[in-house]
Amino acid sequence: MSSYRIQGATGDWEVVIGLEVHAQVTSNAKLFSGASTAFGSEPNTQVSLVDAAMPGMLPTPNRECIRQAVRTGMAIDAAINKWSRFDRKNYFYADLPQGYQISQLYHPLVGEGTITVQLDEKDPESPVKAIGVERIHVEQDAGKLMHDQHPTRSYVDLNRSGVALMEIVSKPDMRSPAEAGAYVRKLRSILRYVGSCDGNMEEGSMRADVNVSVRKPGEEFGTRTETKNVNSVRFVMAVIEHEARRQVDVLEAGGKIVQETRLYDPDRGETRSMRSKEDAHDYRYFPDPDLLPLVLDDGFLAECRASLPELPDPKRRRYETELGLSAYNAAVLTAEVETTRWFEALLAECGSQVTAKAAANWLISDLFGALNRLGRDIADSPVNPAQGAELLALIADGTISNTLGKQVFEIMLETGQGAGVIVEERGLKQTSDTGAIEAEIAKVIAANPDKVADYRGGKDKLFGFFVGQTMKAMGGKANPGVVNELLKKALG
Amino acid sequence: MSVDTATVKRIASLARIAITDDEAQAMAPELNNILGWIEQLGEVDVTGIEPMTAVIPNTLRLREDVVTEPDQRDLVLANAPQAEHGFFAVPKVIE
Amino acid sequence: MTKLTDLTVAGIRDGFRAGDFSAREVAEGFNAAVAGAKALNAFIVDTPDHALAAADAADAARAAGDAAKPLAGVPIGMKDLFCTKGVQTTAASHILEGFVPPYESTVSGKLWEAGAGMLGKLNLDQFAMGSSNETSYFGNVISPWRRNDGGNAAMAPGGSSGGSASAIAARLCPAATGTDTGGSIRQPAAFVGISGIKPTYGRCSRWGVVAFASSLDQAGPMARDVRDCAIMLEAMSGFDAKDSTSLDLEVPHWEAGLSSDLKGKRVGIPKEYRVEGMPAEIEALWQQGIDWLRDAGAEIVEVSLPHTRYALPAYYIIAPAEASSNLARYDGVRYGQRELPEGANLQDMYAATRSAGFGPEVKRRIMIGTYVLSAGYYHAYYTQAQKVRTLIARDFAEAWDHCDLLLTPTAPSAAFALGEKMADPLAMYLNDVFTVPSSLAGLPAMSVPGGLDAGGLPLGLQVIGRPLDEQSVLNAGLALEERAGFTARAEAWW
Repeated sequence: MSSYRIQGATGDWEVVIGLEVHAQVTSNAKLFSGASTAFGSEPNTQVSLVDAAMPGMLPTPNRECIRQAVRTGMAIDAAINKWSRFDRKNYFYADLPQGYQISQLYHPLVGEGTITVQLDEKDPESPVKAIGVERIHVEQDAGKLMHDQHPTRSYVDLNRSGVALMEIVSKPDMRSPAEAGAYVRKLRSILRYVGSCDGNMEEGSMRADVNVSVRKPGEEFGTRTETKNVNSVRFVMAVIEHEARRQVDVLEAGGKIVQETRLYDPDRGETRSMRSKEDAHDYRYFPDPDLLPLVLDDGFLAECRASLPELPDPKRRRYETELGLSAYNAAVLTAEVETTRWFEALLAECGSQVTAKAAANWLISDLFGALNRLGRDIADSPVNPAQGAELLALIADGTISNTLGKQVFEIMLETGQGAGVIVEERGLKQTSDTGAIEAEIAKVIAANPDKVADYRGGKDKLFGFFVGQTMKAMGGKANPGVVNELLKKALG
Repeated sequence: MSVDTATVKRIASLARIAITDDEAQAMAPELNNILGWIEQLGEVDVTGIEPMTAVIPNTLRLREDVVTEPDQRDLVLANAPQAEHGFFAVPKVIE
Repeated sequence: MTKLTDLTVAGIRDGFRAGDFSAREVAEGFNAAVAGAKALNAFIVDTPDHALAAADAADAARAAGDAAKPLAGVPIGMKDLFCTKGVQTTAASHILEGFVPPYESTVSGKLWEAGAGMLGKLNLDQFAMGSSNETSYFGNVISPWRRNDGGNAAMAPGGSSGGSASAIAARLCPAATGTDTGGSIRQPAAFVGISGIKPTYGRCSRWGVVAFASSLDQAGPMARDVRDCAIMLEAMSGFDAKDSTSLDLEVPHWEAGLSSDLKGKRVGIPKEYRVEGMPAEIEALWQQGIDWLRDAGAEIVEVSLPHTRYALPAYYIIAPAEASSNLARYDGVRYGQRELPEGANLQDMYAATRSAGFGPEVKRRIMIGTYVLSAGYYHAYYTQAQKVRTLIARDFAEAWDHCDLLLTPTAPSAAFALGEKMADPLAMYLNDVFTVPSSLAGLPAMSVPGGLDAGGLPLGLQVIGRPLDEQSVLNAGLALEERAGFTARAEAWW
């Protein structure tokens, strides 16, 4: 997939992709005012006089927003700039009350870092690629314009005006839609681990500006276009596919790519030029004179670092080496912070007799299977980690078999009862009663003389058949270890 | 350099100030006069000099992440030339 | 007995505390003076009820035996750049006409808390851009002073705090707030024979003050004498968490610290301020000031501020650049005036609103600021200017190795007649030549009256101090004031 190519009439083309991801910083109050950031409130009810740019109002920065951006930078091994500054980006629009956005151009808070993506996310053994992050800076979000409420007017809602965003700017390091998709998913995963952004693309907490250009392999970068505000991973990939194809068509027809801002129309699956922002490229950036340089001290940085959780990549390696999980399981369990949290809560509830491996297998096959069927996220799983641990303990101590475990889990999902209660009430305890098992084994041997002869003649594989027959006869409640042992003895 | 009428109009447009051709024509020599005078700054040797960032040495204070501004929509909209249904209203924008 | 309106802030405060008169009598006296001086056009809005309410509260507190607040019984004027809750605030612009802030600026709030009352909102140059008070949408402010040539040419009160200057000189208020971006307190104070101090940048909160150029704007008091400036400044200063550039420092007791004994102080005379073409009278006054300070015990030394001549051009890049951005919010969407021509789209509305709402000088500065920040010019203009600003600040820092204070004239001339300089913006800008450098460096600086020129118009002397050393500035101002014995006042013709 690193050799993703677009076939054109003149040969193959390579696509070059850079992403600017805007991630809403998780905070109670806005970046420069004390208004709330809560989502979905009545229009203009979360607007301070600062957000409305009343005369004489001044910005005061929110420590938590700075802290979260710094922690995010640390999570991608980025250089943290102890000295940074806010600049004004000047342009006129109805969703921008001040007539400028407070952002960081010249001295961003976070410098270069790296995000490593798995080139085939389905295959944990597949090669990885390091995508460079150019910078992360902090800036204000704009308000919202509603165009469909009145025939001749647009309505302005400033609730989002001033909410803190991190702009995470990648280098033009991606070469395929899949790489870009993997990058966004990995970035979202990291943000959620760190807790600096909820990553909720539907609510607009994360959106991407997609920079695309094409070139013949080995040639210089071509002219790029920027498609704004793309709000899902799928759309990011679609934009790249469409835009690369469009650019190839334009170039092969002898045309030129215009550096411009485009908009994605998900209904038609295409991008189109936003000619309305004609002078958008003269933003007259200059340092915001209302704000002083932001200087971070060592104590602040130390706290940021100390408060970082274990991140997905190191955690995944640890799951493999310390917990002995397969590469696949370790990858699945660490991909999303909710899964990891659930898994670690499960491990914490499990006694020492349940192995991490068993817990991982159960979570990935049984729990995920059930959640898939129910169409639920792990965050609202009908079974909690303590209940899962109870079930796993019953399997581990031999009270029930794996097979019975699956049945018990289904009952748990249906009834909400605990595993212990289900096993007790329904008499599902597995038996290690050698007499009863031996009696059944004798019947199985008697009923299958030819197979016994084959087995004794060297067909070892038939052992599984005898185990199955015996278990079936025992109604699935026999202890498989005991069955194995007795069968071996009986078959000689 | 010299500021011509076209430049004056471009700057006026960037600054969102409607300006007639006559006004632009009148303004060009005026701005040239001022900008010509300003340009003497170019004489100053500023090698190794940092641009001023804080006139009195001071760094940014950070406030706590607390919501201190409750809903004050009525105050926010009170001076609006046109407010409807809790929104500010502007001429329809086609994006 | 002296007319109440002839009393200083200290005089009113002390007389009120002593029970010589009621606060209401004072407020009524000033309200009447304001109402009777419409010809000066010093006020945009009169607020007699505000003054009376504060006076009644002071009288009631006195009757109840409560401790008097620092400014109890003192009515003042408020420059119409300070947002005042429930009272129209316009920055002397059409675009903000009718804007009634639902909030009170920190500085005005502090003054009301100190017991002061408001006589009205004072006229000024539009958005504080001007040096003559001829750019107000609400008409020129007229200085109470006239030349002694028998003519009756209307004189400029200076700007941008021209309404404050005119009102104090005409005894319409004992003190007023001003703001100073490049000399807007000091130059008008000099033009009308009163005192005014711009404190160190960051002493007075900018929160709620309509912004002109954020890195330069600083509020300060204007009053008839140095003591009153000290009293007012104490009430106006102090840390404000809502202004990121506010200095987190205790407010000194400047009034209590007043002393005109300058023994041990070295006063620098910056040689670069001897500009070409400076009128002989200004030169003479400056020499007089030097002698007065020496008489007060100071040692006089010559110092050099080599980058002085670049201060004005740097200022006329930085201030318009910041202004062009600060004034972007006046767009007709959330408050103020809106122009909506038939069929206009949003961007047309902005352009029409701003074209109709801003006066010529404001537009000129927005244009300059937009130009110097625009693509390709930012580094050549803005960054260069901020570097030069660093050099200018460094000049001052090096001067402080040799002296504690600087003495200069406040302005290169006495007041000019209205209309005299309006045709040439550059000539108008040059009026700020002595006040701008200390603004760029954020230093405390004050103007006190020194005498009259041959035309019978006041001239001011400027004292500049180290960062945060307002006390020494006030003390030197006091030493000058005592020796100048400036008692001249404008004949009431209005």
